[in-house]
Amino acid sequence: MKETGRYEPYSYFQLMEVSLRELLVEKGVMTEDAIAAAMAAMRARGPERGAAMVARAWLDPVYKSRMLANGSRAAGELGFEVPGLNLIVVENTPQAHNVIVCTLCSCYPRMLLGIPPEWYKSRPYRSRVVREPRKVLAEFGTRVAAKVQIRVHDSNADMRYMVLPMRPAGTNGWSEERLAATVTRDCLIGVAVPKLPKFPKSRKS
Amino acid sequence: MKSDSDPIFRPGDRVRVRNAAPLGHVRTPFYIRGHAGVVERVCGAFPNPEELAQQRDGLPAQPLYRVRFRQKDVWPGYRGSAEDVIEVEIYQHWLEV
Amino acid sequence: MIERSHHDMGGLEAGKVKRREHAYDDWQLRIDAMMMLLNGIGGGRKRMTVDELRKNIESLPPADYDKMGYYDRWVISLTQTMIQRGVITTDELARKLAEVENRKWGQSQISGQITQGD
Repeated sequence: MKETGRYEPYSYFQLMEVSLRELLVEKGVMTEDAIAAAMAAMRARGPERGAAMVARAWLDPVYKSRMLANGSRAAGELGFEVPGLNLIVVENTPQAHNVIVCTLCSCYPRMLLGIPPEWYKSRPYRSRVVREPRKVLAEFGTRVAAKVQIRVHDSNADMRYMVLPMRPAGTNGWSEERLAATVTRDCLIGVAVPKLPKFPKSRKS
Repeated sequence: MKSDSDPIFRPGDRVRVRNAAPLGHVRTPFYIRGHAGVVERVCGAFPNPEELAQQRDGLPAQPLYRVRFRQKDVWPGYRGSAEDVIEVEIYQHWLEV
Repeated sequence: MIERSHHDMGGLEAGKVKRREHAYDDWQLRIDAMMMLLNGIGGGRKRMTVDELRKNIESLPPADYDKMGYYDRWVISLTQTMIQRGVITTDELARKLAEVENRKWGQSQISGQITQGD
């Protein structure tokens, strides 16, 4: 028989993943279907969930105060299932800018924001943002004025954090959906702030 | 009857993080040990992660606090606003008055 | 320096943050999925705690910790945890690793294509 495909040898870690998975399935600890379902569930969770909460808070001050009092419950109100999440939402104001990190590993509100980006888990971010937040934020293109208080939150134990950014100027009358679209994952971590799109929407809208 | 899970500190209390360097699994970051701050809130009580990591149940649940520290107190030569803060979650058994 | 654990890096000096991102491969997402299921999320029976997983990651030799990717650390730690918990044994793992490695008929995890040998 001829070679019909491309063979690439496993790395040690890929080998380990296959071996662990096959052993667990053989022993009835889990099924391949359950793994596939968990992956699909993970793919369905992304920062648009956090953005939806932010947009709702911008439009509904009562929801906003509930969200600041109990972030997990507020997520549930919008239909987001967040098992085991103890969420604290921290609010950006003209006087204070918040930024989130987990210096010890990579704790992150995955149920609301999805899987964290590589940089959030990296040595440079975890080491430096606690000690020189303004400098790290500048590397993300975000400048925080000297008179604004920076609040760094190390999610080092059981709580998880999400930033409620300030609503950008020039958005009066915008729909909840349009507002949510200005809120990126990086805004929810605190390394960016919501910006209006540079160019006007297409003529079709 | 008071339970081990009842918090002994309240928001506004000044606390200091114990200066210890034990072995095993610890969730108190090295950089904050020995520093003084103010309790920002009581987060609740949770099974002790140091014990959970060793396959023990971590009970009774330990009160967990968010403690606010001034950056200029934590980092020598901190370059930033004097108002900048860092907020870290500390378990009760790592705090002293 | 044993006092400050290698993973406990808040405040240390480091280079610039590398912001370039890439999509995760399926094998990496499967590791994430297995972790969730073993932790009791998504219908699995809880067979470990995330604290045990973290302890095992923190126990990796510092040079390995630095060289390994995020999911590399997770899969090693997750497997260690399963051995510690008695869900699998070291011998079962050894035999399975050898079996997978020796397969002539195998599925490439990267390309997802079935390969055939003589």
